[in-house]
Amino acid sequence: MKPCSRLAASLLAAWMGAPAQAAPDALRGEQVYARCQACHALASDRVGPHHCGLFGRLAGSVPGFDYSEAMKKSRIVWNDATLDRFLAMPLAVVPGSSMTYAGIADPAERADLIAYLKQANGTPACAAFSKAQP
Amino acid sequence: MSFFQMPAPIAARRLFLGQSGLLLSGTAVALLSGQDALAAKSDGATGNDVQILNTALGAELEAIAAYQLGAESKLLEKPTLALALTFQGHHKEHAELLAKTVAKLGGKPATPKPSYDFPVQQLKSQADVLRFAARLEQGAVSAYLGAVPLFGNPDLAKAAASILGDEAMHWAVLRQAIGETPVPSAFVS
Repeated sequence: MKPCSRLAASLLAAWMGAPAQAAPDALRGEQVYARCQACHALASDRVGPHHCGLFGRLAGSVPGFDYSEAMKKSRIVWNDATLDRFLAMPLAVVPGSSMTYAGIADPAERADLIAYLKQANGTPACAAFSKAQP
Repeated sequence: MSFFQMPAPIAARRLFLGQSGLLLSGTAVALLSGQDALAAKSDGATGNDVQILNTALGAELEAIAAYQLGAESKLLEKPTLALALTFQGHHKEHAELLAKTVAKLGGKPATPKPSYDFPVQQLKSQADVLRFAARLEQGAVSAYLGAVPLFGNPDLAKAAASILGDEAMHWAVLRQAIGETPVPSAFVS
């Protein structure tokens, strides 16, 4: 075997032997989102605020929604990193939040959920809803 | 007994209170059965507990409104309508007890919103209504599951778990009614 072939084979073996880390999957994330649907929807405010327009939004800033003082004062801007941290342990990140939910412990599930939310936010329906908001 | 022949809400309430009294203990029993003096002596409940109960109460109030929407949609056949009203009755029982408990712990119970923004345009058949209800019940199961470990008072956690079990049964029955596997897995999440 030529040296470059050996290198390629070694790299392939190392890659195959590495722990599997599946890419975030929006379809799996949609299934995770089903857990949120007692309180949340993409395009309507319920017990929790709507999720269309979530990325880049300041936490506690949906007009007319009755947030906890803790969330209003959190100064969080929602993005992949802040969502991942919050979804892992909501009440540890924002003590006093109305989102009284233990969190999603599995990082892969959180990544899938964030991928779904991102995909949903990219749909024309969600974009149109966000645009129509005051 | 068929799920179409469940007891009326008032009977369900008696059943709930009776069985709760037998199965639950400590503060939860005291709070849920109206024994203020006993509840006042108990400790362990935190401000967090009040918030957890109030968030759950908000979701229960919305579920009551959602079942009302389904009941008034004229899309449900008679036995299914009876089923929906029975489940709505359970949610009323949950809401009533949660509100009382919040008040007894010194909180201000959440109240129904003046209106709810339900996906009315998407409800065109009985199956649509049942799917909508099933999604809410699934969400409720997850919400209670995510709330149970947060309670400072284990008796309140137990009481919430008891409600979780009821909502899980609703979800299973609704799945069965729309032709899905009623219990899709060994665990809920």
